[in-house]
Amino acid sequence: MPWDRNQMAARAAKELQDGTYVNLGIGIPTLVPNFIPEGVTVTLQSENGMLGMGPFPFEGDEDPDLINAGKQTITEVPNTAYFDSATSFGMIRGGKIAMAILGAMEVDENGDLANWMIPGKLVKGMGGAMDLVAGVGRVVVVMDHTNKHGDSKVLKSCTLPLTGKAVVNRIITNLGVMDVVEGGLKIVELADGVTEEELRAATEATIVG
Amino acid sequence: MSKVYGSAAEALDGLLTDGMLIAAGGFGLCGIPELLIDAIVDSGVKDLEIASNNCGVDGFGLGKLLDTKQIKKMMSSYVGENAEFMRQYLSGELELEFNPQGTLAERMRAAGHGIPGFYTKTGVGTVIAEGKEHKEFNGETYILEEGIFADLSIVKAWKADESGNAIFRKTARNFNPPAAMCGKICVMEVEEIVPTGSLDPDHIHLPGIYVHRLIQGEHEKRIEQRTTRPREEA
Repeated sequence: MPWDRNQMAARAAKELQDGTYVNLGIGIPTLVPNFIPEGVTVTLQSENGMLGMGPFPFEGDEDPDLINAGKQTITEVPNTAYFDSATSFGMIRGGKIAMAILGAMEVDENGDLANWMIPGKLVKGMGGAMDLVAGVGRVVVVMDHTNKHGDSKVLKSCTLPLTGKAVVNRIITNLGVMDVVEGGLKIVELADGVTEEELRAATEATIVG
Repeated sequence: MSKVYGSAAEALDGLLTDGMLIAAGGFGLCGIPELLIDAIVDSGVKDLEIASNNCGVDGFGLGKLLDTKQIKKMMSSYVGENAEFMRQYLSGELELEFNPQGTLAERMRAAGHGIPGFYTKTGVGTVIAEGKEHKEFNGETYILEEGIFADLSIVKAWKADESGNAIFRKTARNFNPPAAMCGKICVMEVEEIVPTGSLDPDHIHLPGIYVHRLIQGEHEKRIEQRTTRPREEA
């Protein structure tokens, strides 16, 4: 059985290093805080100007002045700090954020990432994604291995407009975990019950090692 | 000379001209200068270029200036919340310049600090880099981005004293300080104006040097995505 969304999020949570500052994108990455391993403490950044992002508020406690980058109402935690958008992206661009975990439409064997635009379809904008992938220490992508037509999203070369070039370090999909290495992708781990043959068959990118 | 004005319309009097470039604070609907936007709608000024991370929603915030077709061009990072925006953009009535969010913030901050351009890795190898100067530093490629020198800044803070020293609240700070800094003139709206001397000088987020005109007013502070958790989890 391939991993479901929660299992992918749980696997991504194992990437978190104790004591670091991380940024989580929308989609499956928002589930990652539910699976932070025992003994690991991370501080979540919200790029609209906050370190130390807490969970959603209790009903009735929503504060219009306290939202995350997805414009959802959230809460503070004891070590929360607020700052302006220029400072927020200063810490991203400056490499102070250890890791970003984010979703993708396509990833390729060079570590190129596409997750903001489909030509001919409604374009909403890149938000902070280009800044994040260019700036943070490590980029982990979490996504389904194939699209709804069964086509691989793990490609030799991205076909969609890029969010960043050679920026991805690790890819976690419903089929397993791969690292971007010299010459292609290296299989790090297979999802429970998924064979290497199945993962290779679902992958267009070159698999090395 | 007092910085405090009686209304948004009075505070904007004499400052608005067709075709001007306005930098606006706010992220989504959080911390937006909603009173000043309403007054700009009422003024009828047109062909505006607006640098703002988002463009409000249909019928609220900067979305109101779309409904009245007063905006010619937006410089933004994300405009997904607004159907009228998409309609005008796809029909060619509205120009759009996408900026990565951090690049947009830094373009404002840089201009406010007298820096006409800066190099960043953000967007290298993407459509954002097309036509921009590329330069290598320590073996890595960067692109040149230019400061946004606005004609007018419209921003919102929580509290300010009569001299314009301002304090923001939680994530409503967002683009407001960089937007305030990059305009020739900055008009700020706040929820409360307090007497000069009553704020702790060590707690000022934006010094009054950046704020030329100031108004106090009631804010709707609309929530875009109301997300909660059940109390049982406590």
